[in-house]
Amino acid sequence: MSTEQEQRTIRCLVAKVGLDGHDRGAHVIARAFRDAGFEVIYSGLHKSPDDIVQAAVQEDVDVLGISILSGAHDTLVPKIMDGLREYDAFEDTLVLVGGIIPEDDREELYEAGVAEIFGPGASMAETIEFVRENAPER
Amino acid sequence: MSGDDTLVDELLNGKHRALARVITKIENRSPGYRELVSQLHDHTGNAEVIGITGSPGAGKSTLVDKMAATYRDRGETVGVIAIDPSSPFTGGAVLGDRIRMGSNVGDMDVFFRSMSARGSLGGLSTATTDAVKALDAFGKDKIIVETVGAGQNEIEIVKTADTVAVLVPPGSGDDVQMLKAGILEIADIFVVNKADMDGADRTVMELREMVQMRDESPMAGHHGMEDMAGDEVESDDADEDDGTGWEPRIVETVAKNGDGVEEFLSTITEHVSWLAESGELEAQTRKRYEAEIKTLLREDTAALLEEELAARGGVETYVDRVLERETDPYSVADELVAPIETCVRERRQD
Repeated sequence: MSTEQEQRTIRCLVAKVGLDGHDRGAHVIARAFRDAGFEVIYSGLHKSPDDIVQAAVQEDVDVLGISILSGAHDTLVPKIMDGLREYDAFEDTLVLVGGIIPEDDREELYEAGVAEIFGPGASMAETIEFVRENAPER
Repeated sequence: MSGDDTLVDELLNGKHRALARVITKIENRSPGYRELVSQLHDHTGNAEVIGITGSPGAGKSTLVDKMAATYRDRGETVGVIAIDPSSPFTGGAVLGDRIRMGSNVGDMDVFFRSMSARGSLGGLSTATTDAVKALDAFGKDKIIVETVGAGQNEIEIVKTADTVAVLVPPGSGDDVQMLKAGILEIADIFVVNKADMDGADRTVMELREMVQMRDESPMAGHHGMEDMAGDEVESDDADEDDGTGWEPRIVETVAKNGDGVEEFLSTITEHVSWLAESGELEAQTRKRYEAEIKTLLREDTAALLEEELAARGGVETYVDRVLERETDPYSVADELVAPIETCVRERRQD
């Protein structure tokens, strides 16, 4: 009863996956999410898809933001999706991809289950708004 | 409710997602979380809980990573709860401890969970205690609670642990001074991390002096539990003459390459067996449950009163009246508590 006033906070995992050392974007988005009142877990650099899945499952994040600038999104993102499925975390995790994703590759990522792709020029406010509106109900 | 029942079953059956979700419910205080934790209680009491605290940058996360890896090598499963502060303004937080868990990435049997302080003072220690219960019920052998040792709040948190280790980086002369203020009393083990750095020897020496001073002080006590001395079995260690039985140990580690971690872990084991033999473990557990009950009571009554306050038009109206000198804070408190007082007393007489 009484101590059950719900205090929900949106939790995000900002993930860098694969051989991609460009983390400025990930840092910027992590800070922006923090300032928006979210709890942000940052994966650190050079994580494998399995590491990302482990973190997303254990931390029970509402949002998984994958930052990829290496061009390997077409192999890495589906691996992460499969991992999320394996642990029953696919359904209620909002997956976003940020970085350089060619127009031609986008459809494939959406089909894999990515909710939205934010490329260069996407505004921070827009991204935060998208998260607020689409963070899964639990 | 049935959803929560399956959640408990799934957790007990070792499903990671269920464990993660239970901790989320605990953190969010989602409807039904109390029943969840109640159901878990029966399955707890098997894990060994270790609290790690120390100033920022002392190397806590790195040490925890190496500890977890060593336990895993021995075939034990590990749960880690890492608590980071959150912004008091936005509530947002960057929880960075996970980055240091390099030795255990991809190993699902190390369950690592980041928690933020979420600005709630009493609530955090409750949430931590409950999350520890979830990990315990899940069947983790070792549970490590890691937090920045900055104040009373953190001290409350590490008290959920059987063994408390305080990390002290070398050359922190002033920090050692600061430790006297409170963290000293809670430490079972001092870890001088980064022991390969200049000044490590000196820090060890300072700590040693401090521990000896503590022993000479009549106010000193292990976890402040000397008032429980009635339950205490006489320690059979001949070299212990102060009756408390456990003199805080000082170990040196270099967490980044794993030096001294084995020794640290065996010191923990030593402490745990001392706890069991001296009867302190039971006393500690009793004390902990007592504190838990009291905390819940405090929170629940506070929430009840909040409700009452809101029903009467909120605190602002009372503040106005106090400002106008129509009433005073004590009278307001009396007025609000009176109905509860009456009700409770009447019930008791039935």
